[in-house]
Amino acid sequence: MAAPLESPVLALDGVGKTYSQPVLAGVHLELHRGEVLALTGENGAGKSTLSRIIAGLEPPSVGNMHFLGQPWAPASRRAAEAAGVRMVLQELNLLPTLSIAENLFLERLPQRLGWVNRRRLREQARDAMARVGLEQLDPDTPVAHLGIGHQQMVEIARNLIGDCRVLILDEPTAMLTGHEVQRLFAQVQRLRAEGVALVYISHRLEELAQLAQRVAVLRDGKLVSVQSMALASEAQLVKLMAGRELGERIDLGERRIGAPLLRVEGLCRGQKVRDVSFEVRAGELFGISGLIGAGRTELLRLMFGADRADAGRVSLGSPPQPVRLRSPREAVRNGLALISEDRKGEGLLLTQSIAVNIALGNFAELSRAGWMNNAREQALAQRQIAAMRIRCAGPAQMVGELSGGNQQKVVIGRWLERQCQVLLFDEPTRGIDVGAKFDIYGLLGQLARQGKALVIVSSDLRELMLVCDRIGVMSNGRLSGIFDRDHWSQDALLDAALAGYRTKETA
Amino acid sequence: MKTTTAGQAPAPARHRASLAVLGTYLGLAAALLILIVLFSCLSSHFWSYSTFSTIANQIPDLMVLAVGMTFVLIIGGIDLSVGSVLALAASALSVAILSWGWGPLPAGLLGLACAALAGTVTGSITVAWRIPSFIVSLGVLEMARGAAYQLTGSRTAYIGDAYAWLADPLLWGISPAFLIALAVTVLAQLVLTRSVFGRQLIGIGTNEEAVRLAGIDPRPSKVLVFTVMGLLAGVAALFQLSRLEAADPNAGAGLELQVIAAVVIGGTSLMGGRGSVVSTFFGVLIISVLAAGLAQVGANEPTKRIITGAVIVIAVVLDTYRTRRARGRG
Repeated sequence: MAAPLESPVLALDGVGKTYSQPVLAGVHLELHRGEVLALTGENGAGKSTLSRIIAGLEPPSVGNMHFLGQPWAPASRRAAEAAGVRMVLQELNLLPTLSIAENLFLERLPQRLGWVNRRRLREQARDAMARVGLEQLDPDTPVAHLGIGHQQMVEIARNLIGDCRVLILDEPTAMLTGHEVQRLFAQVQRLRAEGVALVYISHRLEELAQLAQRVAVLRDGKLVSVQSMALASEAQLVKLMAGRELGERIDLGERRIGAPLLRVEGLCRGQKVRDVSFEVRAGELFGISGLIGAGRTELLRLMFGADRADAGRVSLGSPPQPVRLRSPREAVRNGLALISEDRKGEGLLLTQSIAVNIALGNFAELSRAGWMNNAREQALAQRQIAAMRIRCAGPAQMVGELSGGNQQKVVIGRWLERQCQVLLFDEPTRGIDVGAKFDIYGLLGQLARQGKALVIVSSDLRELMLVCDRIGVMSNGRLSGIFDRDHWSQDALLDAALAGYRTKETA
Repeated sequence: MKTTTAGQAPAPARHRASLAVLGTYLGLAAALLILIVLFSCLSSHFWSYSTFSTIANQIPDLMVLAVGMTFVLIIGGIDLSVGSVLALAASALSVAILSWGWGPLPAGLLGLACAALAGTVTGSITVAWRIPSFIVSLGVLEMARGAAYQLTGSRTAYIGDAYAWLADPLLWGISPAFLIALAVTVLAQLVLTRSVFGRQLIGIGTNEEAVRLAGIDPRPSKVLVFTVMGLLAGVAALFQLSRLEAADPNAGAGLELQVIAAVVIGGTSLMGGRGSVVSTFFGVLIISVLAAGLAQVGANEPTKRIITGAVIVIAVVLDTYRTRRARGRG
């Protein structure tokens, strides 16, 4: 029979996933033997969710899947792997102190009477390594000694052991250099020739053109296009990823944009943040957009002194004066505030009360000679609860019991009593329901009206276009463009977000 | 209607929190009562002046150490060196008195300074190199013990009754040492719940990165906790000297386990972020009653150690339940 008539290896029929909101809906997709299907889309479009469902990491909320003609509902990643459906996650899953061979065969070490058969382990490892072009390495090398590219190949090799029919690669080139990328591509082509069906997730459109036969574009959890790669142009794909324009903006009230309050010049840290410069004025909301891993969080941490910069200068005040920020403490003293992306891990004392959390860092106003003034602490908490409409039982309620949106308000509330002039928000509305999002936007507007300068990092482009006056786009560690309201469009912003990865490809 | 709910809402929440604290104290008091009743039934001699004076004598040493250890555990650390530091302080003091002819006051201050220095070393190394305090204090334990032997020539040094007044009962068998320990306890509880320093410690133990990003440098507070721990080990050394009238380089061997046990039995979390000096006080009473009671019923040393060890394990298991419940609500 002719190849095109062959039944698909994997077929998805109306697959959807809903957490508190739908993140994936009605996906119909077929995957064939010996093809590379590119899967692309913006941050949060549902790429990872879709692949996690296929690989058994999560069950779908609705819809059916078929694998080799049989209904497919893997109970776990392990079950999916046993059947030959595998996924290489973005984060490497290797044990650095163990050797390549041990990592490859961790779950099925060849043994005799409970003792590892080293010779057979080495032989098997050599075979597995040869499949991904690592034959020149010694299987006894500890994984920690390998470069990130080789580690990635080991991870892939591990997934090829045994029966592999479907292999999903999630942003495999995110950490690779040009040379390593080419080697990876050669192996992907080889696997395809062996008949493996590959799903290749990436936002580097040029990579997709080199590798894939078909390309699927996700937007807002919906599959908006599946087409032949040969017929797709880059411009068209960007358009598909972005969708319609949204020219609206939220009403932030009467405010005046004044003189510059923050100036960043040539800020650098390793590969993550490279030569970033910009300026933010009093009363202005400056958004920072970009793909995940573009260096946005790292930039904010540098500005806040949470990490040390290799080079560059931050100036604060009116007019901005250079300040040395070697620690968050100095940053706070100079009128900076950071509302971290990871509010549970870096922002809150989850097992403590709202009052204690709001008081954290406001001790100077709440104490005399080192002793806390409980009445003042309670009053402050009450004031913030009322002002920010935090839904809770009272200041003594434990923060861990609150919803995400209310937790975020507690973190923000901590800074509102201080004399901070510049506030850095990292993903302020992540994991927050829609109603609370608009509360937060209102709060941003209120701060801007008070003449503070706001920097807002968000992966939600529409959110930034809704609230910001200007948007800077980071791409691969660099600020690849700054757009104002009259000159931005989703296409242009997305294009800038991809810009930094293009040059890397040709390098 | 709206204003009523807003005005009333905080009250039940505050109520609930203080009820939980009260519940913990009542639970500990009940455990203590059960122990006392149990030993009274097992031994007719338990209700005697000698038993209670034994317990009352033990409490001040253990209590001041346990107060320090409560702070250390709250910031998520541990200090294993306290027993050795106690011996070091006593040894340094004995050398000052016997060899250099110092008076009791300067010699006492020297002992306290040595102990505080040892704690500062542990704290500074822990903080500067971000090493677990467990391992740093293990090293300091060995160094302090060695230094104690070095100073005393490995012999017990008799220093006379210069500090005996600390142990002499003033009224109803209550000694100045006991009063000092009580004062330390009360002050520590106030510091923990009412001072900025106490707030910082709880914050550091709960989420150090959050404290740092709130613009507070957590390092000085952390070092200070270990300094205070050392200082209190020095105070405990004075209490011991007041009874024994001799500096023994072997003093306080294994004491760290008793101290940690008392704190953990009191319910201070080994994971940091949660603890109370009042609960620790109950823990100290429970450990002391247990030790005295077991002696009274004629349990030999090995049996005592087995039972005490088991009690510690049970207390830690209970602690994990409490922690899980606290997180589970979140």
